[in-house]
Amino acid sequence: MTVSPLRWLCACGLWLILAVAQPLQAQPATIPADAATRLAEDGFSATEAAIGLIAASGAPHAVAALEAMADRRLLFWKDPARAIWRDAAGASFDLLTGEAVASPPAGASLVRVNNRLRGAIQAALGTLTLLSPDPQRRLRAAEAVLRSRDQAALADVETALARETVARVRVALLEARAALILTGTTADRPTREGAIATLVDVADTTALTVLRQVLPTADATLKPVIEAGIASIERTMAIRDVAQTVWFGLSLGSVLLLAAIGLAITFGVMGVINMAHGEMVMIGAYVTFVVQEVIRTHAPHLFDWSLPIAIPLAFVCAGAVGIAIERGIIRFLYGRPLETLLATFGVSLVLQQAIRTWFGPTNREVGAPSYMSGFFEVWGLQITYGRLWILVFTLVVFACLLLVLRATPLGLQMRAVTQNRRMASAMGIRTRFVDAMTFGLGSGIAGIAGVALSQIDNVSPNLGQSYIIDSFMVVVFGGVGNLWGTLVAAFTLGIANKVLEPFAGAVLGKILILILLILFIQKRPRGLFALKGRAVEQ
Amino acid sequence: MITLRLMRALAGREQVFLALLAALIVLVPVGNLVMPPDSVLHIPTGTVVLLGKYVCYAILAIALDLVWGYCGILSLGHGAFFALGGYAMGMYLMRQIGTRGVYGHPVLPDFMVFLNWKELPVTWWGFDWFGYAMLMVVLVPGVLAFVFGWLAFRSRVTGVYLSIITQALTYALLLAFFRNDMGFGGNNGLTDFKDILGFPVQAQSTRVGLFVLSVATLAATFGLARWLVGSTYGKVLVAIRDAESRTRFLGYRVEHHKLLVFTLSAMLAGIAGALYVPQVGIINPSEFAPTNSIEAVVWVAVGGRGTLVGAALGAVVVNALKTVFTTGALAPYWLFALGGLFVLVTLALPQGILGLLERRRAAKSTAVSPKAAE
Amino acid sequence: MASLTSALLYLDDVQVAFDGFKALRGLSLMLEPGEMRAIIGPNGAGKTTMMDVITGKTRPDTGSVLFDGGRVDLTRHDEAAIAGMGIGRKFQKPTVFDSHSVADNILLALKGPRGPLSAWFGARNRIEPARIDRVLEVVRLSALRDRLAGSLSHGQKQWLEIGMLLAQDPKLLLVDEPVAGMTDAETETTATLLKDINRDHSVIVVEHDMSFVRALECRVTCLHEGAVLAEGRIDTVASNERVIEVYLGR
Repeated sequence: MTVSPLRWLCACGLWLILAVAQPLQAQPATIPADAATRLAEDGFSATEAAIGLIAASGAPHAVAALEAMADRRLLFWKDPARAIWRDAAGASFDLLTGEAVASPPAGASLVRVNNRLRGAIQAALGTLTLLSPDPQRRLRAAEAVLRSRDQAALADVETALARETVARVRVALLEARAALILTGTTADRPTREGAIATLVDVADTTALTVLRQVLPTADATLKPVIEAGIASIERTMAIRDVAQTVWFGLSLGSVLLLAAIGLAITFGVMGVINMAHGEMVMIGAYVTFVVQEVIRTHAPHLFDWSLPIAIPLAFVCAGAVGIAIERGIIRFLYGRPLETLLATFGVSLVLQQAIRTWFGPTNREVGAPSYMSGFFEVWGLQITYGRLWILVFTLVVFACLLLVLRATPLGLQMRAVTQNRRMASAMGIRTRFVDAMTFGLGSGIAGIAGVALSQIDNVSPNLGQSYIIDSFMVVVFGGVGNLWGTLVAAFTLGIANKVLEPFAGAVLGKILILILLILFIQKRPRGLFALKGRAVEQ
Repeated sequence: MITLRLMRALAGREQVFLALLAALIVLVPVGNLVMPPDSVLHIPTGTVVLLGKYVCYAILAIALDLVWGYCGILSLGHGAFFALGGYAMGMYLMRQIGTRGVYGHPVLPDFMVFLNWKELPVTWWGFDWFGYAMLMVVLVPGVLAFVFGWLAFRSRVTGVYLSIITQALTYALLLAFFRNDMGFGGNNGLTDFKDILGFPVQAQSTRVGLFVLSVATLAATFGLARWLVGSTYGKVLVAIRDAESRTRFLGYRVEHHKLLVFTLSAMLAGIAGALYVPQVGIINPSEFAPTNSIEAVVWVAVGGRGTLVGAALGAVVVNALKTVFTTGALAPYWLFALGGLFVLVTLALPQGILGLLERRRAAKSTAVSPKAAE
Repeated sequence: MASLTSALLYLDDVQVAFDGFKALRGLSLMLEPGEMRAIIGPNGAGKTTMMDVITGKTRPDTGSVLFDGGRVDLTRHDEAAIAGMGIGRKFQKPTVFDSHSVADNILLALKGPRGPLSAWFGARNRIEPARIDRVLEVVRLSALRDRLAGSLSHGQKQWLEIGMLLAQDPKLLLVDEPVAGMTDAETETTATLLKDINRDHSVIVVEHDMSFVRALECRVTCLHEGAVLAEGRIDTVASNERVIEVYLGR
C-alpha cells in the first residue's frame, strides 16, 4: 500500500482552483487591413504573408478566420480588397473586424490553399491558441507546435510558458520548447543540454519520440547525452508501467475487496454460505439509483450528495433484507452448509426477479457526482477520481469493520458466538440476536459496496451475479475467518489479474486466475492465512 | 436414517419407474407416428422433443444424485460435464453438415470459415467419425472429472469448499467457451445441424428415434446406478457421506471411492448432454452457466436425494413446471417459483417428494400395525 | 523394559503445536505386543492428540512414531493406510454410520479388501453373514442386527463401535473413553469385553472413570501437559503425589 491519498487530494484540489481562476488576457480587437489586401493578390506567397499578419494581430477572431481558411471557407473580393469567412452554419463574418456580415456582395472568390499553406496555418494556429484562456485549447496548441517544429513559435512558447500554470499544459509546452531548441540551429550547447534535461525530467512517450528523432542529426558531441537521456526515459517508463499495473491492480483489488468484505463476515466469521450475497450488493446499487432519482426530481442541487445519502440507506436496506433472510431461512439451517447454499441461492433468484419486475431488466443509469468524474495525473499516471475514491472508501469501510469487530460490544459478542456458541449462550449472550445482527452487518456492508460499485458497473438485476464467485474466491483464498487475509487476497488477486492481462488478455487472464485458485485451494484448503488446531476440524 | 428404509420400500416404486419407461418407449412412438394428427391420442412432435429433453435432464439428475445424494459431494459444476458431452456430440453433428453449410466449405464448419480459419484445429480431428465422437462424449467429462477430483479429493477439499470450486470450474469453462479463438463457435455455439448417422435431425422419425434412445439410456443409467448403490459400494458411499473421517479410520481410501463415483457421474452427465444436443438442435456456452448446474441440484433436492427414482422424478417435475411457467402469462414469475422451490425444499422437504410420500406411507402403516415391541 | 524392536508401538519425544499451543511436548510411550494400557490425565493433557498422531490424523512437528517393532514409520502414512496396517480407533464421541443398519456397520468394518471396485462387485459383496453375526455376538448386539445404527442408545453405539473395531481385527485398538455415558452395569460389561478382546489384540484405552481403569487391571500411564507424568501399576500411579495434585485430587 503505497497510496498517499492526502498528497493526491492536495494535487487535485490545486488543479480545481487553478482551472477555475484562469487569467483572461486583453487582446487587440482587429486584424490589420493589409491582410485583406494580401489575400486579394491571390498568390500563395501573398496568402502566406496574410496568414502571418492574421496570426500576429492577436485579434480574438484570428483563430476562427485561420481555421476557416484551412477549411476553404474564406472568401475575398479584389476591388475593393475585402475578405469574409463563413462559419460551419453558413453565417458570414468580416475578416478585419470579426463582425457578422448580413448580406455579402456577389463576386467573391475562394482563398486557395495548398499543403504548404495549410502547414503554415496549422503552425500559426498553434502559436495563436497558446495563449487561449481555455486550457484544453492551449494544450492542443502546444501539441501542434511540437508537431510542426515551427521555429518561429519559440518566442510564443516561451511567453506561454512564463504564464502557464496548468501542469499538463506546462509539460506539453516544455516538450514543445525542447523540441524546437533541439531541432533548431541557433541554440547553444548549454541550452540544448538543458532541453534534453527537461525532456528526461518529463519522461513520457512524447519526450522519448523527440529525443529519438533528433538523435541521428545531432551533433556528435551531443549524441552521448541524448542516448543517456533516452536510456533514462526508458527506465522511468518501465517503472511507470509497473506502477500503472499496480495501480490498476489496486483498483480492481479494491472492487474485489469491497464485494467480498461483507462475505468475509457472513461466510468467513459465521460460516454461512450466502449465495444471495451478490444480491445484497445489487440492492445497494439500486438504492443509489432510487436516491438519485428522488434527488433529480425534487432537489437537483443535492446531486453531489446522492452517494453520502445512499450509503446509510443502502446499509439499512441490505442489512434489513439480510436480517430477514437470516431470521426467515438461515437460522433453521445452521450446521447444514450445503442446504444453506441451496436455500440462499433460491433467495438470490427471487431477489433478482423482484428487482427485474420493479425496475425492469435493463441497465439503470446511475450518475457520477462531480467529485467522482475526471482524472488527474501523478508522475505520468492517470488516476481517475472514481477509482481513487472507491479505493479510499474500501479501506475506510474495512477499517470501520475492524473497529466494529474489535472495539464494540457487538463485535465482542460476535466473536464469542462464532468461537463457542454454547459457552456464549451460557454466559447470557443472546446468540440468536447476535446471529441476526452479524448477518445484518455483513449484508449491510455488501449494500454499501453496491453504492460504490454502482459508479463503475452496470446497475442491472445481474449485478450481483458477476461478483459472487469472485467474492467467494477472495474469502477462501485469504483464509476463512481472517479479515486481513481477505484484504491481502483481494489486492493480490487484483494485481495478479492485471499482471496477467497484457499477456493473456482479460478473459483468459481471469480463467487462468480461476484455475490457479482452484489449484491453490487444493494445496491449502483453508486459505493463505489458515487457522490451525482442533477447533478447525469441526 | 432414510436410505435403508427407502431402499427397501422403494423396490416397488422402482419397478413402477421402469415400467413407466417401458410404456414411454412403446406409447410415444405409436402416439406420434401411428396415430393420425386429429386423434386425441396423437402426440405432437413438439411434445416428443420436450419429453426427450426431460429424459436427458433425468439422466443428469441421476448422475448428480450419485455424487450428492449418496456420497455427499455437492457438485455445482455438473452442468459443465453435461455441456462437454453436448459439445462433443455437437462437433460430430457439425462435421456431418459437410458442404451444406452457408459457405459450403468441405471441411471447416461455417463459423471457422467466417473467422477466416484455414484448417481444422486439432481438437476437431476425428469428430467426423461417430465412434470417436461418442468416445469423447464420455472421455472428456470423465478425464476432466478425474483430474479435478484427483486434485480435490486427495487434498481433502470437502463440503462447501468443493461446491465453490466446482462452480468456479464451470464458470471458467463458461468464459473459455465464449471465446471465439477456442474454436468451439464462441458465443453462438454449434447449431444448424443437418443429420446424425445419415438420418436428418429435423425429421419426425429421427426425433422419435432419439427419444426412444434417450429413454433406453435413462433406463440403463438407472440400472447401472441402482446396481452401484445396491452393492456394498453404495454403502461405502453413504458411509463417506455421513462420517467421512470415520470411514477413513476404518481403512477406506475415501479419495479413491469419491473419485470413482465422481468420474462415473461426470461420464453419465456427458452422455445426457450428448443425447440432449441433437434433440434441441443447439449447444452454446450458456449451458456452462453456474445457474444451470445449481438448477440441476434443485431437481434432485425436489425429487428426493439419495433415491434414484426421486432424482429422475424431480428433474421431470421441475422442468415440467418450468415449461408451464415460461410458456404462458406466468413467465415473469418463473424465477420466483424456482427460488421459492429452493427455499421450500431445503426448509420443509429435506428428503424431497419421495421422502414426503414415504413418510406418509410409513405413518399410515404404523397406524395400522404398530411396530413390534423391542 | 521393552526395546524398540520388540515394541508394537513406539513413540519418542513427540511434539505437536497448534498455533503456538503445545498439545504434546516430548511425549514418549512404548507398548508391548498383546499389552493393554490405560491412559489417564486431565483435560488438555494431550490424550486425544496422541491418538490423532498415532492414527495419522495429525502430523507431529518432531519425534518418531513407530509401529510393529520399529518397522513402520507412522508419520509417513495417512489414516487409511494406518488403519490398513492394523490400528483401529474408537472415537470419544461414538461415531457409527447412522443411516446403515447395525449389520451393515459391521460389514463395512470387516477385514478385507477396501477398494471401490471390490466394494462394487468384488469380494466385499460376498462376505458371509456368519462373520458379521460372530462379531455382533461378542458385542451383544445380535438382537439389534437390522436396526438402524442411528436409532441405538448411546451405550449401544459405543458397543457397536467396539464391534466395528473387532471386525477390523487390528493389531492395536485405540479406545477413547469407551464408558462415557454408560450405566455402572454397562461399564462393568465393557471392562469384561475389553479384557476379552485383549486376549488377541493390543489395546490402548483412554478413560477418566478410575473404577473402570482399575477393573481393566493393566498398566496405567498418566499424561499431563503433553508428556508422561507417571507410568506403572494403577496403585503406584494413583498414589503418585503429582498425579494426585494435577488429576485425581486429594
